[in-house]
Amino acid sequence: MAEFKKADSMLEWFDQRLGVVNFAKVMMTEYWIPKNINFLWAMGVLLTVLFTFLVVSGIFLLMYYKPDVNMAFDSVNYTIMQEVAYGWLFRHIHAVGASVVFLVIYIHMFTGIYYGSYKKGREMIWVSGMLLFMLFSAEGFSGYMLPWGQMSYWAAYVITEIFGGIPVIGDELVVWIRGNFYVSDSTLTRFFMLHVLLIPLAILGAIVFHFYALRFPHVNNEEGEFFDFDEEAEKYLAGNKKESKVVPFWPVFLSKDFFVLGFFMLFFFYLVFFHYDFAMDPVNFDKADGLKTPAHIYPEWYFLWSYEVLRGFFFEIAGVSGKDLGLMAFGFANAIFLVLPWLDRSPMVKPANQRPYFKYWFWFLMADLIVLTVYGKLPPTGANAWVGFASSMTFLVLFIALPFITKAEAKKVGGK
Amino acid sequence: MKEFKILAVIVALVGITYYGIEPYAHHIMHPEVSPADFSFKDLKNVDTKLAGNAANGKVLVEANCIACHAIDKAGYPAVMPNADAAASYGVVPPDLSSAGRIYDKNYLANFIFDPVTAMHLSGKYTPESGKAFPMPSYNWMTPQEIMDIVAFLQSVSPKVEGKEAHKATFEAACGRCHNMKYAGIEATTPKDNLKAYTGAVAPDLSQYIKSRGEHYLHSFINDPQLLLHGTSMPRVGLTEEAQEEVIAYMEETGDSKKAERESLGIWVLLYTFIFAILAYLWKRKIWSEVH
Ligand code: HEC
Ligand code: HEC
Ligand code: HEM
Repeated sequence: MAEFKKADSMLEWFDQRLGVVNFAKVMMTEYWIPKNINFLWAMGVLLTVLFTFLVVSGIFLLMYYKPDVNMAFDSVNYTIMQEVAYGWLFRHIHAVGASVVFLVIYIHMFTGIYYGSYKKGREMIWVSGMLLFMLFSAEGFSGYMLPWGQMSYWAAYVITEIFGGIPVIGDELVVWIRGNFYVSDSTLTRFFMLHVLLIPLAILGAIVFHFYALRFPHVNNEEGEFFDFDEEAEKYLAGNKKESKVVPFWPVFLSKDFFVLGFFMLFFFYLVFFHYDFAMDPVNFDKADGLKTPAHIYPEWYFLWSYEVLRGFFFEIAGVSGKDLGLMAFGFANAIFLVLPWLDRSPMVKPANQRPYFKYWFWFLMADLIVLTVYGKLPPTGANAWVGFASSMTFLVLFIALPFITKAEAKKVGGK
Repeated sequence: MKEFKILAVIVALVGITYYGIEPYAHHIMHPEVSPADFSFKDLKNVDTKLAGNAANGKVLVEANCIACHAIDKAGYPAVMPNADAAASYGVVPPDLSSAGRIYDKNYLANFIFDPVTAMHLSGKYTPESGKAFPMPSYNWMTPQEIMDIVAFLQSVSPKVEGKEAHKATFEAACGRCHNMKYAGIEATTPKDNLKAYTGAVAPDLSQYIKSRGEHYLHSFINDPQLLLHGTSMPRVGLTEEAQEEVIAYMEETGDSKKAERESLGIWVLLYTFIFAILAYLWKRKIWSEVH
């Protein structure tokens, strides 16, 4: 065992045993972030905070929630919302937080795409981010089932039904997922388990992985500039703070994040207290009834774009049924972002607007996703169905074309 | 400044998306219906300008109504237990104690004259259907006699106010069909009888203030056919005031923390604003060293 001398302070005592001084340096005061960044680089910290909110409010909800089809609805809408002191507050924070976390995830993702932060060494940051996106999607979906309202039930019914389209094993798979032939008590209880245990654990792991993946390539900056972080860090430590291109995570980077967080929280709490219908759909305040199909079934807003890709193919093409085509397109849409770093063949790491071809691609994609999202909610009848078809096709074409567009761009800029 | 430009772009994109999936989609899925009509203009069989004579009304009510209806406040108890009444008529005839207060005068007079037409249930009680509405039409009475009954019912209605009135109105107007579990109220008509009578399950209304919202309820209660065409839920003919009492009761039961939510909300926003300002000042201080 190592020799320990008597510690002169509490800090030293802990430092001897846990190496806290060094740890704080590595994680905070000498973890270097580029100076040239805007508030979009605060989204990661916003997400961390929102995730914490979700965990804490979730723990409070867990104390009164009952995962049983006969009790779930009332345990949420009566016990938690009306009987338990401030139960409503925790539910509102949880429901609105779950919705807003996706808004911030999308901003975070598209920031990454806009600035090209997924390539030239940052591939694993991107992949770990997409892993988080998928886990959050599963978390959102499983959580939405828990209040056992009409939308909980029917969205669960429709989404689990999708797996039935997979060849050969489809039907068995649906039964395996539901734990029954229809969405039932066993479905609720297992989604409860997933929502409060397995997926949150996986998310925690994925967050750690995401942060670790940021360590070596470092975060990108507004101009996509590459520089020697060690050199810049030395300048900073030598006191040339204004000259150095980097700032430490603590306190400099975080001070900006706190400021962004403050104003974001103002928006967030406004939604929590005064404007929460978008996150707590009124239809879900009707108790689940397997015999009464609601007039309109739609998933939460953050799934609408991929849901519309699924619905967009509503007629047979070349002997393949619309349903199967939709399913394939849906699978494509959900997997394609994962391989984005390899679809972008241009070496340029620059904001999209400084890239001659990519900028069109980027803004087209944004517009298409908005159209998909809006039409994913509207009833798919008449002209709406065709808008859905056109925007789904556009989505597919955009991604199939991306390698060619970026290859051409690489040629034009000559490998810069 | 660049950061404001970025913010403006994000706000615009989020705003367009929000508009599409919330107000616009809502507008498409729930088209506006004609505004609520609290004077029940479509009912014109009885001249409601005639002044009623309550004393004569009392005689008429005793002869015609109390065989089915209790009027507790005027000293006429129910003639049979609810279960038997439901078995005889399909639905328990409501206690008429507050009828004079909660129903619109024009509606009430015309309801007595011809209940099915007043309730907008002619689509259900067609001659071909073979169904008969349990309460007879009093279209053989003179308008004066009907107005006498109305005058009597108005004279016996007790004055109630505030939360007490909210509950009383709900029970009198909706209580024969609807449960309100979160307030411990069970419909006076047993479930199975009611299902056979209306052909649909009258839902528990505990959370309907949330699932339907005030705006929908405002039109729906006034005339259910506008929003649920062909429904067996009757138009009940409440005055605007009585209908507001019912909605208030639904809110007290289904959204009991509304006041707490709104007052706490202000404080939290204020606190967060102070946090944001302090964070901004701190950021300025820290960044002045590096910029
Ligand atoms: C044969 C039994 C019977 C008789 C007699 C009868 N009613 Fe009714 N009445 C009913 C039933 C049953 C209902 C409930 C019908 C329903 O909700 O579908 C009802 C409902 C009512 C309502 C509620 C209307 C609404 O809009 O909700 C009023 C008011 C009323 N009756 C007044 C009278 C008056 C006044 C008389 C005497 C002139 C009378 N009734 C005689 C059976 C009767
Ligand atoms: C005669 C029985 C009866 C009375 C009285 C009655 N209802 Fe109903 N109500 C029903 C039935 C039956 C349904 C279900 C209708 C359907 O599904 O078509 C219903 C449905 C409803 C709904 C759901 C509408 C929807 O969008 O699904 C609301 C809200 C409602 N009633 C409110 C009220 C209120 C408030 C009152 C009292 C002012 C009232 N009802 C009085 C029988 C009644
Ligand atoms: C809740 C989930 C997530 C959390 C908590 C999180 C957290 C963070 C944090 C703290 C950063 C560093 C600061 C910043 O640039 O914002 C970061 C960077 C990054 N994240 Fe995430 N993230 C999450 C989800 C995602 C998702 C879904 C993606 C997209 C696939 C993603 C992709 C990236 C990328 C590309 C970077 C690097 C940005 C750059 O280099 O400029 N993250 N993340």
